[in-house]
Amino acid sequence: MDLNAIAEYLPLFGEAALLTVKLGILGIIFSIIIGLICAVVQYYKVPVIRRIVSVYIEISRNTPLLVQLFFIYYGLPKVGIPTDAETCGIAGLAFLGGSYMAEAFRSGLESVDKIQTESAYSLGMNKMQTMRYVILPQAISVSIPAFVANVIFLMKETSVFSAISLLDLMFMAKDLMGMYNDTVEALCLLVGFYLIILLPISIVGTIVERRVRRAGFGS
Amino acid sequence: MQDLAVNLGIDVLFKGTNFIRLLGGLWTALWISLVSVAISIPLGIGMGVLMTKKNRILKAVLRVYLEFIRIMPQLVLLFIMFFGTTRAFGWDLSGEAASIIVFVLWGTAEMGDLVRGALISIPKHQYESSEALGLTNTQTYLYVIIPQTIRRLIPLSINLITRMIKTTSLILMIGVVEVLKVAQQIIEANRMTSPNGAFGVYLTVFLLYFIACWPISMLAKYLEKKWS
Repeated sequence: MDLNAIAEYLPLFGEAALLTVKLGILGIIFSIIIGLICAVVQYYKVPVIRRIVSVYIEISRNTPLLVQLFFIYYGLPKVGIPTDAETCGIAGLAFLGGSYMAEAFRSGLESVDKIQTESAYSLGMNKMQTMRYVILPQAISVSIPAFVANVIFLMKETSVFSAISLLDLMFMAKDLMGMYNDTVEALCLLVGFYLIILLPISIVGTIVERRVRRAGFGS
Repeated sequence: MQDLAVNLGIDVLFKGTNFIRLLGGLWTALWISLVSVAISIPLGIGMGVLMTKKNRILKAVLRVYLEFIRIMPQLVLLFIMFFGTTRAFGWDLSGEAASIIVFVLWGTAEMGDLVRGALISIPKHQYESSEALGLTNTQTYLYVIIPQTIRRLIPLSINLITRMIKTTSLILMIGVVEVLKVAQQIIEANRMTSPNGAFGVYLTVFLLYFIACWPISMLAKYLEKKWS
């Protein structure tokens, strides 16, 4: 292995990692928003919108991100919807992540026993208060493990962004392998940077999971 | 009607054998994932059983393997296998072989964790009772433990199949000609006659993946409800 080459490529990978993290975080934030909306719609069984949400969830969960991105990036401009690569990456990640987050939040909401809601109502709480003080605190602790798994999953999925010509870690590795033939060095840096990004999320996730497990009702 | 088809780039699909070629590409993706699942399931069961053993070193090694495979994006694993190992060890690997190896490594890890989860959910007295009845280790697993775990495992492993099918879209990046690659070729070849081909063709690929995965995940959902 050529250590000089590694030192030379390090800043390039650093920049690429920043882009990966930036797009990943933005995509995840939008996923959470979409997921929350979808989960609430399904929980309260809002007519019509509920059907649309479940169709969206099925479509998004049963197609790969790469195909979604190709369609958004290369397909949509042909019918007059211009997309630049970054927006497209974030939109694709949010489209995919929204359904995964929705499922995580929904399973949390549904895990709260009906008697909890009824008791809250009989104590004179209104719908908002019941949601805020009774259902959410219990639902969150149930959905945290799935939520953490989704965050890691979505961060990993950003690796396909190189296919729509975003200069992320994957792109950098492919580029250096093609140009200078330093395959082993480029791949080591690639693995190293993904570990730097993903390990902390995984470790923090495990700690949070352990802490909220105690918050569950009756345990 | 004709104009609309041209504007949306759907006409490309009906030229020559284009649609059949797309289906052929989908088939490549499907067989690669089916072969990988078929190999991963027995290996995963073996790994799951090993993970419940008390041996500390074995446990640690399997844990590191599982965590590494889990935390790395599949595309990175594909790159390591296709570009990295071939360079480092000097062997020759086709794109298909590299993808099957990576999917098997990944599937074994995932399956192993599922099996481990299912096994530790079996109460300890089941093992002790079968030992008290004089069953051997093999008999205990064959007649007592496996029948109880299998109902929990089947829906989860069916889900693994859909995840594999979805992940096969990545193998385009290591030069396997699967449905996305065929789509690219069709779009390129018809660039002059139908400049909007990208919309219709990629939409079709999108739908093809959905048609391939949706029934399988519905089946998994149905079995999960029925058996839980």
